[in-house]
Amino acid sequence: MQQQKHQLRHVSAIKNGYVIDHIPTGQGLRILALLNLAIYPKVITVGLNLPSKRIGKKDIIKLEDRSISNEEESRIALLAPGATMARIRNYAVIKKKTLEIPSEITGLLRCPNRNCITNYEAIDTLFHVYRAGTQLRMHCTYCERVFHQQDMTDLSQLA
Amino acid sequence: MKKTNPFRNRDVISIRDFTKQEILDVLKEAERFHKGAVPHEPLKSRMMASCFFESSTRTRLSFESAMQKLGGRVIGFSDAKATSTSKGESLSDTMRIVSNYADVIVLRHFADGAARLAAQVSDKPVINAGDGANQHPTQTLIDLYTIQKTQKKIDEIHIAFVGDLKYGRTVHSLVSALTNFSVRLYFVAPPSLQIPKEPLQEVKARQIKFSQHEKIEEIISRVDVLYMTRIQQERFTDNIEYQRVKGTYRLTPESLKRGKKTLCILHPLPRVTEISPEIDAMPQAHYFQQASYGLYVRQAILSLVLS
Repeated sequence: MQQQKHQLRHVSAIKNGYVIDHIPTGQGLRILALLNLAIYPKVITVGLNLPSKRIGKKDIIKLEDRSISNEEESRIALLAPGATMARIRNYAVIKKKTLEIPSEITGLLRCPNRNCITNYEAIDTLFHVYRAGTQLRMHCTYCERVFHQQDMTDLSQLA
Repeated sequence: MKKTNPFRNRDVISIRDFTKQEILDVLKEAERFHKGAVPHEPLKSRMMASCFFESSTRTRLSFESAMQKLGGRVIGFSDAKATSTSKGESLSDTMRIVSNYADVIVLRHFADGAARLAAQVSDKPVINAGDGANQHPTQTLIDLYTIQKTQKKIDEIHIAFVGDLKYGRTVHSLVSALTNFSVRLYFVAPPSLQIPKEPLQEVKARQIKFSQHEKIEEIISRVDVLYMTRIQQERFTDNIEYQRVKGTYRLTPESLKRGKKTLCILHPLPRVTEISPEIDAMPQAHYFQQASYGLYVRQAILSLVLS
């Protein structure tokens, strides 16, 4: 209880916006970069390496007056599968979901194979996602090669 | 009731898109062309666009010959410099335009996945004649047809792949196709050119028995088919290592003495030194026959797609 109170002091509540919680530790800063929040003018509360009953340690991000698009949600799910995303209105949670990696990812990722046609033509990439043990694998529909999640680059990071 | 043709207007992009039954159906159709048991000029007045963004004499001539023997006509190009891509036009746009002029498009392109993209934008069927290092499905079907012709079956055969198994596109595609059958696979290569993880995972997933070796002598007495490949000198940084490896995988009449009498030697060609010319006249040599079967397999595919 003492620990929870301590945590609450550092990660204060927001009135309206989104809370992304249970982010695997280390991914919080990557999500901030992904959502381009370095130049966001309103309140952002970030907690890193906080104790978590569910996953041991976690990161948390609270965004005041900021919405999250479906595309951004898919991108966050890729970085932090299992994280929760809650929509807040007037300090109350009005919608909450656990982020899951979709079985297909269209247009978000770059194919790491430089000779893949998707790196020559202005077309959306398409990856089928499947689990191999604890790891995720991404199969490119075009060049038919399979990649580890850590080989992938988010297209928004290349802009 | 007449059976419908599941290949009609279908794209032929990757051997992975074929079921075992579909593979066998194509081989059966190829057999009909081989025997000459087909109607005269079944594709008369049909047009094939032969779009070769990368040079390939054998595959291009084989497709064009197949189409003309079926009574069809051929338009196209054999050099990307002769097309609007040299002016910056995208492959997508070129394929959209070409699909207005032809009933089927045969595409060879340097980029992996080019044929899949072409099939998406074209309203006419696309046949992949090689996309970068990815797929060459008609070559794989030719390999399978040759195996079936020489062994009278594909199931239960023992097949060894020898040479450059790391970069060889034909090896990866054939291994992938063979996972549809109950076969025993042997991969013979120097450690630096062994079969990569991806095709091996397909083999494991289908519970196909396999083993990896460095010397042909370890497996020659056990196999029905020896699939030789060229060791590519440009892959080696050390020329001494290349010379050593090249010599290791040189088949001679002497090295075949321990093999089965019915052993079948295949090679996607061109060969360099890996098969001694003295073997050419031996009954085990089937690589030139294999190349000649290209015509029947491509006639079968064009006929199935356009009939």
